[in-house]
Amino acid sequence: MKFTLSWLRDHLNTDATVDEICAKLNTIGLEVEGIEDPGARLAPFRTARIVEAVQHPNADRLRVCRVDAGPGFEEVQVVCGAPNARTGLPVIFAPPGSWIPGLDIVIKAGSIRGEASGGMLCSLRELGLGADHEGIAELPEGTATGQSYADFAGLNDPVVEIAVTPNRGDALAVRGIARDLAAAGLGHLRPWLAETVEGTFESPIVWANDFPEACPWVLGRTIRGVRNGPSPDWLQKRLRAIGLRPISALVDITNFFAFDLGRPLHVFDADRVTGGRLTLCRGAGERFRALDGRDVVVSPEDCVIADAAGVQSLAGIMGGEATGATDGTTSVFVECALFDPVRIALSGRRLGLHSDARHRFERGVDQALPVAALEAATRMIIELCGGEASEVVSAGEAPAWQREAHLRFARIAGLGGLDVPADDAVASLEALGFEVRARDEARVVVDVPPWRNDIAMKMVLDQAPDLPAERARMAAEGALAVDSECDLIEEVLRLRGLDSIPPVSLPPLSAVPRPALTPRQTRTATARRVLAARGLMETVAYSFAGQEACARFGAVPESLRLLNPIAADLDQMRPTPLVNLLAAVERNAARGYPDLGLFEVGAGFSDAGQSQIAAALRGGHAPRFPGRAAEPVDLWDVKADAMAVLAALGAPVEGISVTADAPGHYHPGRSGVLRQGPKIVLGVFGQLHPALLAGRGLDRPVVGFELFLDAVPEPKRRRRAAPELSPFQPVHRDFAFVVGRDVAAETVLRAARGAERTLISGVRLFDVYEGDKVPEGSRSLGVEVTLQPLTASLTDAEIDAVSAAVVAAVQKACGASLRGDG
Amino acid sequence: MSDDLETLRRETLAALAAAGDRREWDAVRVGTLGRSGRLTGLLKELGRMSPDERKLRGGALNRLRDDLSRAIEERGAEIEAAILNARLASERVDVTLPARPEAQGAIHPISRTMEEMTAIFGAMGFKVAEGPDIETDWHNFSALNTPDHHPARTDQDTFYLPAEAGSPRERVLRTQTSGVQIRTMLGEAPPIRVIVPGRTYRADHDATHSPMFHQCEGLVIDRGITLAHLKGCLIDFLRAYFGQPSLPVRFRASYFPFTEPSMEVDIGWSRRTGEIGGGGDWLEVLGSGMVHPRVLANCGLDPREWQGFAFGMGIERLTMLRHGIPDLRSFYESDVRWLRHYGSSPLSPALLHEGL
Repeated sequence: MKFTLSWLRDHLNTDATVDEICAKLNTIGLEVEGIEDPGARLAPFRTARIVEAVQHPNADRLRVCRVDAGPGFEEVQVVCGAPNARTGLPVIFAPPGSWIPGLDIVIKAGSIRGEASGGMLCSLRELGLGADHEGIAELPEGTATGQSYADFAGLNDPVVEIAVTPNRGDALAVRGIARDLAAAGLGHLRPWLAETVEGTFESPIVWANDFPEACPWVLGRTIRGVRNGPSPDWLQKRLRAIGLRPISALVDITNFFAFDLGRPLHVFDADRVTGGRLTLCRGAGERFRALDGRDVVVSPEDCVIADAAGVQSLAGIMGGEATGATDGTTSVFVECALFDPVRIALSGRRLGLHSDARHRFERGVDQALPVAALEAATRMIIELCGGEASEVVSAGEAPAWQREAHLRFARIAGLGGLDVPADDAVASLEALGFEVRARDEARVVVDVPPWRNDIAMKMVLDQAPDLPAERARMAAEGALAVDSECDLIEEVLRLRGLDSIPPVSLPPLSAVPRPALTPRQTRTATARRVLAARGLMETVAYSFAGQEACARFGAVPESLRLLNPIAADLDQMRPTPLVNLLAAVERNAARGYPDLGLFEVGAGFSDAGQSQIAAALRGGHAPRFPGRAAEPVDLWDVKADAMAVLAALGAPVEGISVTADAPGHYHPGRSGVLRQGPKIVLGVFGQLHPALLAGRGLDRPVVGFELFLDAVPEPKRRRRAAPELSPFQPVHRDFAFVVGRDVAAETVLRAARGAERTLISGVRLFDVYEGDKVPEGSRSLGVEVTLQPLTASLTDAEIDAVSAAVVAAVQKACGASLRGDG
Repeated sequence: MSDDLETLRRETLAALAAAGDRREWDAVRVGTLGRSGRLTGLLKELGRMSPDERKLRGGALNRLRDDLSRAIEERGAEIEAAILNARLASERVDVTLPARPEAQGAIHPISRTMEEMTAIFGAMGFKVAEGPDIETDWHNFSALNTPDHHPARTDQDTFYLPAEAGSPRERVLRTQTSGVQIRTMLGEAPPIRVIVPGRTYRADHDATHSPMFHQCEGLVIDRGITLAHLKGCLIDFLRAYFGQPSLPVRFRASYFPFTEPSMEVDIGWSRRTGEIGGGGDWLEVLGSGMVHPRVLANCGLDPREWQGFAFGMGIERLTMLRHGIPDLRSFYESDVRWLRHYGSSPLSPALLHEGL
């Protein structure tokens, strides 16, 4: 919403400067988005008169002018090249030091071809005010010298733009803004009264209302004998200042009232209305051309205005081209109506039509204004275009907009934290247009003014469906009891400025704060820290990606496809952060950074819902170093990453088993699933399937993992027994088991571990050998078993017994034989 | 001293001096003091002498033995030292070689800011609440006093997903984390203090808007919580977050469907330099207000008994301000150079007692 200072002053009697006004607007909730002061850059320019102009002695095309520019510059010599610089001419003078907007230079005093020149006489183009450049600007005869040119030309009217929140339809009017400012103590609201224009004939066009739910009340009248044409200068200037294009007097008048009073009006060319009747009714699939030139198809949910020839207007939103006022219009029918804000909002949104009228109707207009507004508009049309007015015709009746609101004075402090004396609070409300209906020590009941549709609105709740009935009823009753009170408290507080409320720190709930995160929530942070500590960079990427990219990493159900994506490659909720991570690896590689590790802890989406996934990718090589070649990353790197996270989260790492059935985006032979027991999948890891990398400029394997954090069980919080720190040295024994190539190392290690429960404290794989020293189709696994005696050093016989048990257990588990025993 | 002893001394010392390594030195030692060494031989001869002779000769021999033993030991030590020195010299490396490279990981600035917010609000007794990114329109809008036709709904460009089979509720990507307010009020009894950091989505994409971004919502419900507490809480937070105990904070009346009274919060900054705290300009950083009685009632709380405040702030915005990050889009581009530059160490998490 834009307005000029002079327009505001039509409604507000104030001495406040534009800065004071803007500061106050910010305070009371009408946020200033911009101030544009066209006068500011014209400040140096003053009116002047050429006392005498003579030919320059050394230049044919120059004149030497003696200029009177008022106090301080009574007698200045200026050298001027304009052909129209002549004795006696009133002109615009720029003293030295002025910045000339049209030339973007700062002028200096100096001499031109030997003649002193102490300033400049300017054209309008040089002032940045238009294109004509036939010499210097010629001001009217008799212009007093020494005035500010901006003041003289009426270019000193600052334009203020405010952001109006959706609840404040009343502030989409200059008068509404003035009222708020006056209530906040920044001047007085000037009275406004529309004088009635008596109708002299019966309107040849009448209303019919077949859609009262959308339009409870509509007024109108015909004005005949008008001459349409350009509107007067003052009106054009005002509209232009707020960014509107003047069209014709009749249209400009409706726009004026939309902004002056927040009251949208529409004018039909009465001669182009067929059948003498305008009917408010539901649309029926008709197509009509709106004033903005677009064809609109209206539905039964849209309220339209139709004549005998068809739909002529989308009511409250935009008129139609066929019946709009033109330069040739000589008779108009003025429409002034109230529309249901919800229907306007939904129609406008459905049809994608925006207008100043819709903007106001959907936020609610002054319910009591239609009669007066129609009179004021009639008067202005007759003043500017001539003609005579018919009697007023209408359909429907004024809706019962009257509502009351109440306020317990103690609640201003009780909710708002500020003590406001009752009298002051009431005075504020009255200044805003509320009228006191009843008042006692403790409370006041007021009538809500017709322009404040946001106060004491009809109670609409949308309670959670599964609330217990009694709780729901009490809550609804409570809301009804305090709703309008909150509205009034807000009014009282905002006029004082919220900065006047003394801040109070929250009282502590406990002397030492309790943890803000649950153990489950902490795991996300832990996973992040572990991965970053292992050299991976955390990324944060969009939760959606292209459907095709997502499909490479999992299911892409229809239910997770956006209905209104902003781009084709952002239309599917991702199954896993790997989707984005692979794209990121590719982007970084393309920039010349192929050696990297990235991770994200974020959501993945599937038909089963949303899950928290810690995912990572590593690509390229570990860096070279003297004595160490650049080793490519491999799946053991990421298996270690994944296991480190699981260990940090307290997952029972010893009990995790790995199966080779990872999903399809991994290399089938180089990936695994991390499981706890047969059912719980903690994660997957491995080398990405080569097909995923094809055509991506990634010539080296990329490895990664996904950990499903929600699946990781919370560690049991039990007291751990003290560790047994045996004084006896452990004994290490190495075994080389020859097993079939398909036998999983895990089977061998598990069997060895389980061979003996008290002495074996560790089992570690240290070698894998495949080749001609073992039989075809088999491999040898080197396993180190650690025996930790607790009560006495081990004897050779004991060691041999445990070793035999280990061999027997492994043999039983997978048919292994000891290498060399063959 | 007899000549033969003097000769032995001289020759032994000369041999020691000539011994260049452990083996030569050992040969001298054995040849002198060994079982068949020269000195040992002379000592053995003492037995065959008369007592007087033995006394005289024995004294001289013992002195010689002590001297030579010491000389041999000293020379041994010298040789050991030389050997060690030679070894050390041979083991010399170029210590200016760089340390073995280790990949340095980093925490993303968004995560970092969330941790800082959690630390600060945690100290004020808040807990962290979470909710799903895909919400029903009831949680995202209706319960928050924003019915379908509300102009605020058109201001937020909402992403829609197909409704679930058999459900009348539209599904949306949450445009704000406020839906978690609703879940919290339905799920637990007051007093409530929660913050909700999380992902939010709006169908908007340009230099200053991202279709996904992060918000941190806050909710306090209790008896007797007023707008003064709202102001105190947010001032306390902003001053702690920006590390400026006297950061100017301004509150302006505003409007949100789910709060009343509503306010926007500005902090002091310099438009020219972007510096936070001074400069005389104001910068909006968050929105807040007292929870609307209709929102309380929608969640089954009686507004006559319970009241409180809610606020919401953009995590990227606060991060950009604090760290002077110029471009919103760079947050999501996963450029390793950017991540390295703005990322933080996993080993210094946000801890109030260490300072943020």
